[in-house]
Amino acid sequence: MSEKKNDLVKHEEVEYQYDAGLAKVNADKFADPGIEPHRVRMTDKSVKHEKTAARQVAALFFISIAGSIFAIWAYFGFRVYGFDLNSIRNNALFLGLGIALGMLGIGIGAVHWAKTLMPDAEVSEARHQTRGTEETRAAALEVIKLADEESGFSRRKLIRRSLYGALALFPIPGLVIFRDLGPNPSDKLKHTMWSAGAKLMRDPSGTPIKASDVQVGSVFHVIPEGLAELGESDATYGKMLEEKAKAAVLLVRVDPADLKESDARKDWSYQGIVAYSKICTHVGCPVALYEQHTHHLLCPCHQSTFDLTDECKVIFGPASRPLPQLPITVDAEGYLVARSDFNEPVGPSFWDRKA
Amino acid sequence: MTTANNTAKKGGFLAGTANYLDERVGVAGILKTFGRKVFPDHWSFMLGEVALYSFLVLLLSGTFLTFFFQPAMTPVVYDGIYGPLKGAHMSVAYASTIDISFEVRGGLLMRQVHHWAALLFVASAGLHMLRVFFTGAFRKPREINWVVGFALFVLGMGGGFTGYSLPDDLLSGNGLRIIDGMLKGVPVIGSWISSLLFGGEFPGENIVARLYSLHIMLIPALILVFIAIHLFMVVIHKHTHYSGAGKRDDNVVGYPLAPVYVAKAGGFFFIVFGVIMLVAATFTINPVWNYGGYDPSPVSAGTQPDWYIGWLDGALRLTPSHLEFEAGGYTYSMNVLLPMIVGVLFLVVVALYPFIEAWVTGDKREHHVLDRPRNAPTRTAIGAAGVVFYAVLWAGAATDLIATNFKMSLNQVLTTLQISLIVLPVLAYIITKRLALSLQRKDREIVLHGRESGRIVRLPHGEFIEVHEEIDEYTRYKLVDFVNYEPIMARPNARGKITIRGRIRASMSSWFFEDRVTPVTPAELEASHKQGKELH
Repeated sequence: MSEKKNDLVKHEEVEYQYDAGLAKVNADKFADPGIEPHRVRMTDKSVKHEKTAARQVAALFFISIAGSIFAIWAYFGFRVYGFDLNSIRNNALFLGLGIALGMLGIGIGAVHWAKTLMPDAEVSEARHQTRGTEETRAAALEVIKLADEESGFSRRKLIRRSLYGALALFPIPGLVIFRDLGPNPSDKLKHTMWSAGAKLMRDPSGTPIKASDVQVGSVFHVIPEGLAELGESDATYGKMLEEKAKAAVLLVRVDPADLKESDARKDWSYQGIVAYSKICTHVGCPVALYEQHTHHLLCPCHQSTFDLTDECKVIFGPASRPLPQLPITVDAEGYLVARSDFNEPVGPSFWDRKA
Repeated sequence: MTTANNTAKKGGFLAGTANYLDERVGVAGILKTFGRKVFPDHWSFMLGEVALYSFLVLLLSGTFLTFFFQPAMTPVVYDGIYGPLKGAHMSVAYASTIDISFEVRGGLLMRQVHHWAALLFVASAGLHMLRVFFTGAFRKPREINWVVGFALFVLGMGGGFTGYSLPDDLLSGNGLRIIDGMLKGVPVIGSWISSLLFGGEFPGENIVARLYSLHIMLIPALILVFIAIHLFMVVIHKHTHYSGAGKRDDNVVGYPLAPVYVAKAGGFFFIVFGVIMLVAATFTINPVWNYGGYDPSPVSAGTQPDWYIGWLDGALRLTPSHLEFEAGGYTYSMNVLLPMIVGVLFLVVVALYPFIEAWVTGDKREHHVLDRPRNAPTRTAIGAAGVVFYAVLWAGAATDLIATNFKMSLNQVLTTLQISLIVLPVLAYIITKRLALSLQRKDREIVLHGRESGRIVRLPHGEFIEVHEEIDEYTRYKLVDFVNYEPIMARPNARGKITIRGRIRASMSSWFFEDRVTPVTPAELEASHKQGKELH
């Protein structure tokens, strides 16, 4: 019935004729038969069904009430006894179930109400073009014209151009003040805590490693001497994390016969013990997985794989550069020490790493 | 005035309140305008509602969490009730996250509600976008609203990632490490951006507090503003409806806002909240106490980002080896840049698609009746290719888990996915387009010859035929009501020249519309009837 009313409205109003582009507008098309006749629901024709539906809706709302009350009781009733994961879990579980019931009761009840008891015959409403009518558009244009004339925006070039200049510049101080978010990256990225004579320490205990402790095939997670101590004090804890993010090293002993070392690196290892940066040259995850029988190092983040026996060259995955090698030797007491810092920046590549 | 006051008194409290509000905010006019607005009904229209409601859940649960969470990286020695971490050094952020989980009643529940709601928010926004795409709801006049919705989807990913990073546990720290590595790969300014973001070297002591500001203020404020614009435009345009009898571009068919949609949509909010609550109460998510505080050295195998970041992580993983090169003394980290460029390009194409299609069709009319996906075969095929492309990248984020769970070689899984990323979208495109065209032909067949009734009749001369029943006019209208576009040839313009623009548009139009099935016309139907009578 509203359909007819809308059709009347439609004919009174002249819609703007848009270009149909590539659309083939065919006059010979089926006429719209109008909205399909409404199908009567059981609740519309049977009082019994209607009453049942009404009782169901009310029952759902009562379930909601019960759920909310249960949730309040659960919050206090399921006590949490110190560190007892069971009691913590029960508190969260029953509190959550109660709240969920409180909400689902309301939600399902309301939808059931709408679907069974509220009218379900589709109605139609006119929809008008988004574009304003010709009069509205003319009036809007007039407003713009008046504003322009009264302000002289188009006429007064000097004002307009100086305003553009001012508007272009004013946000820049707002950007400049963010300069102090962080310091100049300087060349901190190119150096780590390692230096000649720095002992290789176990991560995280910070105890030194004797070359004789390292069996063939064994792996040590290593940090430089002094790093563990930084972590002991709250004042230097942050510094410890920053240094560790560059200085973490993986130490492995292999059969020296398996090592393919270039002449330049002959003295960077000690009796088959090699130390490589643990920070992936892709995007910096710790390359923490060592596969003993293949001598491969694998980064668990993006699966870059490095061949430990071949100077950690990339054999698979998105990384491009080998892991930097830490030159090592032993000191007088037999402890493993670094010969120097890494000979190149560790971790992910950056623009001026070679500069 | 006196009469109005009198009626108000007679009506009791409710009428009194209504009168009070009307005299101050003009509520009568608002109700008159919007109270009986018609809203079309379809299950797929609820996807956007799910997104809206899960955002409300995020605001509510997030506010609760801010009362207890401390966004600082200041180191502390943990002295809470969780035994395994007692005495460990960690950041205040991580310690307060554990306290929320174990020492605040309802805290663990709210953390899980917040995390699940975030996953649902991005998921439902994504599905809503797919619904809008495949039904052509982005066509004029809704192109701008598509871009607004796109911005909401991207903001949702941003909100999710900044939130994921806040607890400062091992997982979130490794996520930030990857962001740091990607930023450093940006030519010229990479290490500067990283230094500004982290306040110095990675991880620094600032990032959690900075992400917190973005996460609880800037991003939610932007999401709210964009939601307001999004819904405002829905009011201006009125909702689209699916094609069918009685549904036209100049009307909207459905149920009135009050009472039906107040009950349905209002009730649906409670259902969405209730389901999130149910899931949060019964399924653990992000048990940060198991991971430990962030430490740059350890990492656990098989870690995964939240689902909506997966496609970007997958893009990083699927990039081939050795793409990095040096030139002029500077390093070009193409292995990081390439996935970033691919990701951004993908998003740009998604954002611009409505404008591309509008340019190809040149159709300036308003479209309020939705397309059935089959009736726009090329668009549907492009969408399918996009979904498959995204899905392969997404699977790429789980190469290690696929390999270990299905006992396959990691290298083969990765290579397979690399090939799939190129091949599968093309296959998806071809298959979908053919399927859509076939379905259109089936529709034509049904309109022209009716449905197979299953009734076999033997004719006097001995022939057996199956009786086809003609379909009713309502079903028929649904099958024939769609736009038929035809490709153009490149033609010389007024100056007798064929422009490059014209050439591109011509070839785009034949790409889109060369293969097409036209809607049945009444004349065709009549001809088919006649032919049928002559045969039998």
